Amino acid sequence: MASKLTTSNRAGWGFALPGFGLITLFIVVPFFFAFFLSLTNQRLISPNPTEFVGLDNYSNLLSIRVLSIEPVVNDAGDIVRDADGNPEYPRVRDFTRNNPDYPQYDGMREWFRWHSGETAKVVVATDVVFWKSLRNTLMFVLVVAPVQGTLALGLALLINQRLRGINIYRAIYFMPVVVSIVVVSLLWRFLYAEEGLLNNILGALSFGMFEGRDWLGDPDTALGAIEAMSIWQAVGFHMVIWLSGLQTISPTLYEASSIEGASKWQTFRYVTWPGLRNTAILVLIVITMQAFALFAQVDIMTSGGPLDSTTTVVHQTVVRGYGKQDISGASTISVILFLLVLSISLIQRYLTREK
Amino acid sequence: MAAVNADNHGLRLVTRYVVLTLIAIIFIFPLIFMMVSSLKPDLQLLRDTSSVRAFLPVGDISLNNYTAAFSRAPVGLFVFNSVLVTGATVVLSLFLCSMAAFSFVFLNWQGRDLLLSVIIATLIVPFETIAIPLLLLVSKLPWIGFDGLSFGWLNSYRVQIIPWIADGLTVFLFVQFFKDLPRELIEASRVEGATWWQIYRRVVMPLSGPVLATAAILKFLVMYNQYLWPLIVVQEETYRPVLVGLQYFFQLNTAWGEIMAYLTVITLPVLAFYLVLQRAFIASIASTGVKG
Repeated sequence: MASKLTTSNRAGWGFALPGFGLITLFIVVPFFFAFFLSLTNQRLISPNPTEFVGLDNYSNLLSIRVLSIEPVVNDAGDIVRDADGNPEYPRVRDFTRNNPDYPQYDGMREWFRWHSGETAKVVVATDVVFWKSLRNTLMFVLVVAPVQGTLALGLALLINQRLRGINIYRAIYFMPVVVSIVVVSLLWRFLYAEEGLLNNILGALSFGMFEGRDWLGDPDTALGAIEAMSIWQAVGFHMVIWLSGLQTISPTLYEASSIEGASKWQTFRYVTWPGLRNTAILVLIVITMQAFALFAQVDIMTSGGPLDSTTTVVHQTVVRGYGKQDISGASTISVILFLLVLSISLIQRYLTREK
Repeated sequence: MAAVNADNHGLRLVTRYVVLTLIAIIFIFPLIFMMVSSLKPDLQLLRDTSSVRAFLPVGDISLNNYTAAFSRAPVGLFVFNSVLVTGATVVLSLFLCSMAAFSFVFLNWQGRDLLLSVIIATLIVPFETIAIPLLLLVSKLPWIGFDGLSFGWLNSYRVQIIPWIADGLTVFLFVQFFKDLPRELIEASRVEGATWWQIYRRVVMPLSGPVLATAAILKFLVMYNQYLWPLIVVQEETYRPVLVGLQYFFQLNTAWGEIMAYLTVITLPVLAFYLVLQRAFIASIASTGVKG
C-alpha cells in the first residue's frame, strides 16, 4: 500500500543514492568492466593504445586438445623400445612448434598424458598453468565443501547441548575465524615444515614408522595441506550458521520423537535434518563461494608451487593482473571465475529446489 | 540400579568434556604456539617446534623479539593505518548502508525496487572477480585534494576505504531488520510533521542497536583482515595496513621470533575484542545465516 505519507521521490533517492552510488561505482561498474576488458589487450600501464581483440583472450586461455602420438617405428616397421621395453614416442614439441602439418596444435604445451594401447594420448593446452589453476580450484571446492560442511554440522550438534561451560567451547571453536587467514597460514607453515610439529606428532604416534615429509614442498601433498588448514580455519564459522539453524527447530518435535521412542539416529534423520534444509543450502553455497575465492593461503604458504600444484584461479588473476600487469588476461580469468561460481550455485539451487 | 545409572551418567559427562576439550585444543594450539614463540630467540624457537616445548614458555624467555620487531618495522604506523582504515570504513558503512536501507523499507519512490534488486544481485559477485578491473578503475579515478585535481587513487587511505564502504550484505542486513520494525511508528511521526532525516536519526536509529552491532562486527572482521586489496593498491609503506606490512619481515633474513612477535601484536587486540564481545560476534555471523 503506497501511502501518501511515505511517498517521496526526493527523499527516497536522497537517502538511497550515496550507498547505491558507491555500490554501482565500485562493484557494478568493475563487474561489467571485467567483461569489456576481457575483449581487449588492456595493460595496467602501456604506451600502446588499447585494442579490441574479440575473444582472443578466451581462446588463449581455454584452448585444449588431445594429441594422439604413435610410437616411433624403425625401418623394419617395428616399434622402437627403450631399456624397460616401453615404446618410444616422438617429442610433443615436434607437433606443437611450427609444424605446418598440425596448425591446430601450434604453440600448445603438454599438460598430462595417458596411454591407450601403444598410442599416447597427450592433452595439450595453450595455457597449461591456467588449466592447472582451474583443476586445483575445483579440487579444493570438491574437498572443502563437503568435508567442512559435515564437520561444521558435527561440531554444531556437539555444541548444541546443555552443559555447564559450553559457551566457552563454542567461543574457542570459533576463534580461528576472527584471526586473519594470513596469520593462520604463516603459523601453519611451521606445522607443515619438514622438521615441524605435524611430522613429529605423526612420527610419535607411529612409533617412528612415519618418515617426515615436506608437506608444502611436495606437489602430491601441498594442495591437501592447504585444504586441511582452510577447513580448520573456517569450520567454526559454518558451525555457528548450523547452530542458528538447529535452534530454529521447535523443541516440541524433539519431545514428540522422544515420546515415540526414536533412536538418536532416527531423531537426527527425521527431525533435525529436515529442519536444517534451508541452512544446508546456505552453508553449501557460502562454502562454495568462499572456496572458489581461495587466494591468501596459497599466496602465503606456497606462492602457487611446487610445479603449479597449488595455484588457483584467483591466484592467477593476481599473478597476471598485478604481477605481470596483464589486465585483460586477468579480467578474462575473472569473468570465467564468475561464470563458474554462478553456474555452480545455479546447479546447487536446482538440485536442492523444493520439489 | 539408581547408583549404576548415576555412575553411567557421570562417566558420559566426563567423556563429553574430554571430547570437547580435545577439539578445543585442535582449534587453539597454533595461537598458543604463536604467543609462546614470540618470547623465544630464533634458534630455540626452531628447535622447539619439534617437541611439546613449542607450546611452553620455557628456556630463554624475553621480550627481545618485540623490541626488535618494533625497531625493524614501523609497527605502530601499520597498526595505525589498519585502525584508521577499519574505523573509517565501519562508521561510513553503517551510516550510508542504513540510510539506503531506510529508504528502501520505509519510503515509496520510483525506481526503488529496481535499485534494491541491483544491490541484492551484487551479493553473488565475489570481490576476487572484480579486484583487477577495480584496480584499473581506481588507478584512473580523479580526486580533488589540497593540491588541486589529481588522477589515480593508488597509494592512499581513500583507495582502501571508499570502495569498501557500501556493500550488498550490509544493506541487506539493515533491510531485513527494518522490515520488522513497526511501520505505524514511522507514519505517526510523519503525521506529527517530522522530516525524514528526523525519523531516521531519532526514531529508527535508536531502535537499531542489534543490527548496528552485527553490521559493525562483520565489517570490522573484513576490514582489519584485508590482504588482497591493499596488496595490489598500496606499495608505499606510509599507507600499508598490518597484514601487508608483514612483508617487511621477509626481506633479507627471516627472523621468525620477530614475525611471531609481530603476529601477536596484530592479533591480540582482535582476539581480546572478540573474547569480550564473543556473544555479539557469534550472533552476528548467525544472523547472516538465519535471514539468508
